[in-house]
Amino acid sequence: MTTLDMKDISIEFPGVKALQNVDFSMNAGEIRALIGANGAGKSTLMKVLSGAYTHYTGKVFLDDQPIDIQSPRDAKDYGIDIVYQEVDTALIPYLDVAENIMLDEMVNNMSGKALVSWKNLHKKAEETLTRLNVQIDTRKRVNQLSLAEKQLVLIARAIVHERKFLILDEPTAPLSNRETTELFRIVRELSHNQGLGIIFISHRLPELFEICETISIMKDGKMITTESLANMTQQQVVELMLGKRFNEEHQKHQVPIGETLLKINKLSDEAQFLKDVSLDVRQHEIVGIAGLVGAGKTELCKAIFGENPLKDGQVFLKDKLVRNSSPTHAVKNGFALVPEERRKEGVLVDEPVYANLTAASLKKFSLPFAILKPERERERARKIISTLGIKTPSENQKVSLLSGGNQQKVAVGKWLLTDAEILIFDEPTKGVDVGAKGDIFDLITSLAEEGKGIIYASSELNEILNITDRIYVMYDGEIVKELLTKDTNEEEILFYSTGGR
Amino acid sequence: MEEQSLKINNPIKKEPLWQKSLTLINNWGTVIAIIALLVFFAVSIPEFMSSSNIINIMRSISIVTIIAIGLTVSLTVNGFDLSIGSTATLANSLVVSFFVWFSLPTGVSIALALFLALGVALFNAFLIVKIKIPDLFATLATMFIIEGVAMTYTGGGSISVGMPRLDGTPTTGTIPPLFSLLSQTPYIIILMLIVVAAVYFFLKHTKHGRYLYMIGGNIEASRLSGIPVNRYRTLAYIISAFLAALGGVVLASQIGSAQINAGGGYLMPAVAAAFIGSSFAGQGKPNAIGTLVGATLIGVLENGLVMMSVPYYSLNIIKGAVLALALASTYYTRRKN
Repeated sequence: MTTLDMKDISIEFPGVKALQNVDFSMNAGEIRALIGANGAGKSTLMKVLSGAYTHYTGKVFLDDQPIDIQSPRDAKDYGIDIVYQEVDTALIPYLDVAENIMLDEMVNNMSGKALVSWKNLHKKAEETLTRLNVQIDTRKRVNQLSLAEKQLVLIARAIVHERKFLILDEPTAPLSNRETTELFRIVRELSHNQGLGIIFISHRLPELFEICETISIMKDGKMITTESLANMTQQQVVELMLGKRFNEEHQKHQVPIGETLLKINKLSDEAQFLKDVSLDVRQHEIVGIAGLVGAGKTELCKAIFGENPLKDGQVFLKDKLVRNSSPTHAVKNGFALVPEERRKEGVLVDEPVYANLTAASLKKFSLPFAILKPERERERARKIISTLGIKTPSENQKVSLLSGGNQQKVAVGKWLLTDAEILIFDEPTKGVDVGAKGDIFDLITSLAEEGKGIIYASSELNEILNITDRIYVMYDGEIVKELLTKDTNEEEILFYSTGGR
Repeated sequence: MEEQSLKINNPIKKEPLWQKSLTLINNWGTVIAIIALLVFFAVSIPEFMSSSNIINIMRSISIVTIIAIGLTVSLTVNGFDLSIGSTATLANSLVVSFFVWFSLPTGVSIALALFLALGVALFNAFLIVKIKIPDLFATLATMFIIEGVAMTYTGGGSISVGMPRLDGTPTTGTIPPLFSLLSQTPYIIILMLIVVAAVYFFLKHTKHGRYLYMIGGNIEASRLSGIPVNRYRTLAYIISAFLAALGGVVLASQIGSAQINAGGGYLMPAVAAAFIGSSFAGQGKPNAIGTLVGATLIGVLENGLVMMSVPYYSLNIIKGAVLALALASTYYTRRKN
């Protein structure tokens, strides 16, 4: 039986030790779960194995023979391949199924040949699909396929040639229950009947318990343990992912919580991602939305703010029904959103700081006929720059020249000039340095003290525990649990956000 | 982490000298080019600097500038209005037909022609904002459609005073002298300057102008700041079509008739003027003053070359090359940022 051993793997990125002396070994024919919190290093490890990162130290052995993987092509030659999560980036939409399955073959193994044999191409693609025991017309164009079918095409592409190990990076994230069951059948087929070793990366614990035999748990760039799943419970896995529990004091502000400000009733979106989400936010309250990447936090924030169209559900602000049919309406109704993708959605990088700060409230700086009062704008901007401690030479500096944390302060600061009553923060500390993070926390806390209602969505559990009063846990587009921050801990939140019930 | 944030806090790198001078040329290249051309032509052609020729140049760039200013507004939202030439043709046909076929009064004819041309803008906005066709392709389609509409309206021919209608009925309408005055100096030049000044003020000093630039810079962030982006994109195309139609009306006054695809020739110089203008004075974005400067550059070049007996059929080589240079300057700056 073929064995794979990665020994003493370390890799560094500027300022970060992403992997530290990691050992990983498994046999062909095994289905292995690989799990860890965000940033634990599981994707990095798999990128080393599949040839995407080459500047690692340590050794990789296949059947006890040292192998040298310097490119994805090398990895494939050794029989190791990976299916990434973003299927659409790996497929060519206007080519047919057969062409996509045979893409590597056409790119790599056709040197010296110029003509494509369509008959052979379709025959081989069909054979591969038969090995997976699935039926997809090889002449169908890929952009006519469902997401699940696209994923199968990618898996098929990976196993056109004899493979020994196949890595599936969050393969179930976009799939429905029925499609997941089908995928599991295929994974079992590949592993049990064709002897492939499958490495299965997923955040969904119940799934891992269903499909995998063994589990490797990583944390902070280190391998914590590898064990048989039969001997473990979900609770234990969660504890190992988080490591020893730190008894962190909640740095909670002491403000009495007021009346209900925002009430959301059975919200669902047109993209059918959110399912009957109900929540409420009271005055002076910071409500956390916890959940893993892909749980639907961003979708919820955008749906409330009118950016993603709603299918059903009502939003009440101070007991009055409001309809946020676009962000423009949302702003008028007193909502504000600090979006996750700062540079893409939060700030205008080519505009100066002052124009960014006044972007959502320009009306206040306009004379009749919409003529601007730039001096007044600059003056208010300077005030915000000093209250928020934005590090910039002047209010005329282009935002693209500021650091990530200061850009985020600008993205937040623009709402201070509006009359927003509900402020929604989506991963506001992403890519923000520690100092600015503290400033942003202080700012959010003081906004709550002023009487605003805050929604704080984040996948960073310690932040949620630090700053919020109450927490809704999301899983798969649904709110699965409501928790009081003072009565909960990371384990409990992680338990629910990985699908525990 | 600490080190990283320190690095980010000090992002302004020292530019090497050659790059500095390249930036300088980029920012002030248009002005330098105009001065160089003026000197060159003044030396080689004695009558080039005569006041009558200068006025001649200014008159010749008026229509291009008016149309180019409209295009500039569509460029601010990161759009592109290829249909401006056809819109000018349409307005030209409409206004002449109102005079010749229907004997309508001057004011009514002009207002009606401008108003009807706004239909083009609404059609563009529908394709771009609602159907979400990329601007360039949507307005390319519109360009052909409107060219066809204008030609169909005039029965595939021209309209001039004394010609019968399409159904053969004789006409008695004439082009009023007041209307012909529109394209005479100094009125045509004054009109151009008013358009430039108005759009300059609109873009630079009003909330609406600020919004247009923001949308052009980052439509996603603008939407999430609560700016009604679709309304403003529609507005940009309305202004673009309005000014293209105004250019067409002035053109009608100049040639005193409606000609097949009369406005089509203005598209290329207008695009060139707007892109040359983008890099003017280091603004880095489409702006009214820059567009005027760009149009001036093209006008000086064209006038000088004609006086040096370069045949008219070869002029496009040079105008096209100037456009390529202007685009190179715009995209080179963008890539560097």
